[in-house]
Amino acid sequence: MAEKDKALQALQDKARSEWEALYRSDIPHILIGTATCGRAAGAMAVVDAFKAELARRKAKANLSEVGCVGLCSLEPLVTIIKPDSFTVCYNNVDPSKVPTLVEGYIEGDDPCLDLAIGTVEGGGGDAVSIPELERFEHEHRILLRNCGYNNPREIGHYLASGGYGSLARALSMSPEDILDEVEKSGLRGRGGAGFPTGTKWRICRQEKSKTKYVICNADEGDPGAFMDRVVLESDPQQLLEGMVIAGYAVGAGEGYIYIRSEYPLAVEILRIAIGQARANKLLGKDILGTGFNFDIEIIEGAGAFVCGEETALIASLEGKRGMPQPRPPFPAVSGLWNEPTAIDNVKTFVYIPLILEHGADWFAGIGTKGSKGTAVFALAGSTIYTGLAEVEMGTTLQELIYDIGGGIKADRNFKGVQIGGPSGGCLPESMLQTPVDFDSLKKAGAIMGSGGIITMDEGNCMVDTAKFMIDFNQKESCGKCTHCRIGTAQMLDILERITTGRGKIGDIDLLVELGEDIKLGSLCGLGRTAPNPVLTTIRYFRDEYEAHILEKRCPALVCKDLIAYYILPQKCQKGCDHCVLSCPVEAISTDEKGLKIIDQSKCSKCGNCEAICPPEYDAVTRLSPVDLVPVAGPAQKAQPKEGKE
Amino acid sequence: MEELEQTYDDILKAERKDRRRLVTILQDVQRKYGYISKEAMLATAHFLGITPGAVYGVATFYNQFRFIPPGKNDVKVCMGTACHLAGGKLVLEAMSRELDLEVGSVSTDREFSLERVACIGCCALAPVVEINDTVYPRMTPPKVEEVLVTIKPPVAGPEGEEQVADG
Repeated sequence: MAEKDKALQALQDKARSEWEALYRSDIPHILIGTATCGRAAGAMAVVDAFKAELARRKAKANLSEVGCVGLCSLEPLVTIIKPDSFTVCYNNVDPSKVPTLVEGYIEGDDPCLDLAIGTVEGGGGDAVSIPELERFEHEHRILLRNCGYNNPREIGHYLASGGYGSLARALSMSPEDILDEVEKSGLRGRGGAGFPTGTKWRICRQEKSKTKYVICNADEGDPGAFMDRVVLESDPQQLLEGMVIAGYAVGAGEGYIYIRSEYPLAVEILRIAIGQARANKLLGKDILGTGFNFDIEIIEGAGAFVCGEETALIASLEGKRGMPQPRPPFPAVSGLWNEPTAIDNVKTFVYIPLILEHGADWFAGIGTKGSKGTAVFALAGSTIYTGLAEVEMGTTLQELIYDIGGGIKADRNFKGVQIGGPSGGCLPESMLQTPVDFDSLKKAGAIMGSGGIITMDEGNCMVDTAKFMIDFNQKESCGKCTHCRIGTAQMLDILERITTGRGKIGDIDLLVELGEDIKLGSLCGLGRTAPNPVLTTIRYFRDEYEAHILEKRCPALVCKDLIAYYILPQKCQKGCDHCVLSCPVEAISTDEKGLKIIDQSKCSKCGNCEAICPPEYDAVTRLSPVDLVPVAGPAQKAQPKEGKE
Repeated sequence: MEELEQTYDDILKAERKDRRRLVTILQDVQRKYGYISKEAMLATAHFLGITPGAVYGVATFYNQFRFIPPGKNDVKVCMGTACHLAGGKLVLEAMSRELDLEVGSVSTDREFSLERVACIGCCALAPVVEINDTVYPRMTPPKVEEVLVTIKPPVAGPEGEEQVADG
């Protein structure tokens, strides 16, 4: 056995025995998900409550803070592993449930299944078995396999499951063999554009330059996409292993992780991970005693969406304004400080150890003809279950939204789905059978992007959504290309006009023409895709644009200038004063019968009255166009139908 | 100018005189002082041997940097796609109204600053507001007042029902 294999074996053996002491202990082990979304839902208070309750009862249990399994809507999640009994996962835990859980399952033998989603392993009689849930039949988790189960602050947890085995394997291969393997796997970059990774790395390898770089693009700027954050916060060592292998394959000695500063927890966990990898000689000088040197530095981004574009990111790393450069030359030829640079997304690097472990054929066997492997999607918006899903490429949108996401929330109907962030596209119900892979989505007018899937229901206005996206793209345009800089501002102007009831006939055609021009006249991915949300909503939801322009009506009752709030007399309970008190502009008064009436001339359309009206009355509604509101007085004849629901 | 540089010595001393470090230096300045002052930009330019204009150009390019001191309570309303669709705009307007603050400004007593941010990655809990690093999930316009009361109790006024956010 080679020296490096022995060194790794020793690390893994030690880690395994420590891992077993914790996970196979004879006292219960409590796992609490404390990634960003868990924290937002109150996970840290749950951690404190468990510590206090265990101390108060002098109960013995181990407690680990783990990452995120991706079931965001069920956070905070707590898993209890109990020796000789089944492992149970509890959802939406708050501190008030903690004493019950400690008394019931840590001290006693009652698994408190009424508070649980179900059991993870070991059966459990009538309880739901989580791995057998329907959504997991549709999922194929390889990247996320350890997320939410291992402690991201412990390199040992990664080593115990065979981590860094691929690095040792890679170091006994020639760089060319690694490139062959990556090429054979069919892996395409997961940043959105889908360029074949093996090809990119080979170009970088072939460049005759002493200094080369590896950059990980963790500038996940797409609003609505958070899978890279989850991977970094839950299982960061797999990224480091992938980057070291990439460094060895292309011949680089330095790597950078460019991560957005909006992810402070991910930065903190990465710093710990890098420190631990260095301490174990898996990173830095003389890796595993082989003489190969590769180190990684974290650079925090400064909040510019365009820096997700590789040449802009490189400019930012160099301390300049983050503006894209024309390609070629591609970064693989001339990148950071004009040296050859392999720049890839987080997930792309994470696949590398898996490909070397299981082989290129295994990876190529997953997915579709043109898009190999899995894809991680962030489900948000109107689906019942929001969070992450990892599926095989080629899974349909229908499966993602209905079988995994649980469909649309109660009382709502599906309307559209936005894929690929603000530069992606909106697809209608008729496109739900579209398989998600690089090529099919492009054909449908959307892009894979970074994998954000935002579902919309009939309460979401497509024109307003398009305006929101264009507003975002316009703000984030770096200003270099005229079409992108001025064109997006013009599009925003027109959309502003339409959503405020000043739209003109011909505006729709103007938007299409402008959109096509911007796509042609822009240098980078931002400009070339910026008009997508408008173009696809016009393509699939043209009737909504027409309603705004011709009837001054917002069918989804969203656009402020086209709606009016109205209190339905037949529903108003008359006795309560909630709406009156909540109105910031004193627009609501009480008539002689106790009925509440909104003075439309004063109403600022803040939505307070609608949000505060007790659900059992549900008397406040929105009407569009605004002239549907009955004129006050005895002439009041036609009762308007409810606009909502 | 040397004097000015000394003010920022603790940050600059540890740095290389290399313009590639510019963004990182500016981040360190902001981390320590909460914003980037004109003086800090001048000192950085002098330290790196580049023009103040070059520093200003880079600093103003990035959304992260601010040029006025933030309020004691930093209110960030998320306006990512998921938050927008879930009614984030009404929450932002309510926040602006309750604080009597324009978006992107600081109150005269320096108690509050209000800004909109693109996405903080909590889409599943949309719409969200982040105040002093605490995330408040599933906000509504009426909840804005409830949350603000927990941060800065009203000096006088009607007794409101004080509720702590779910977070």
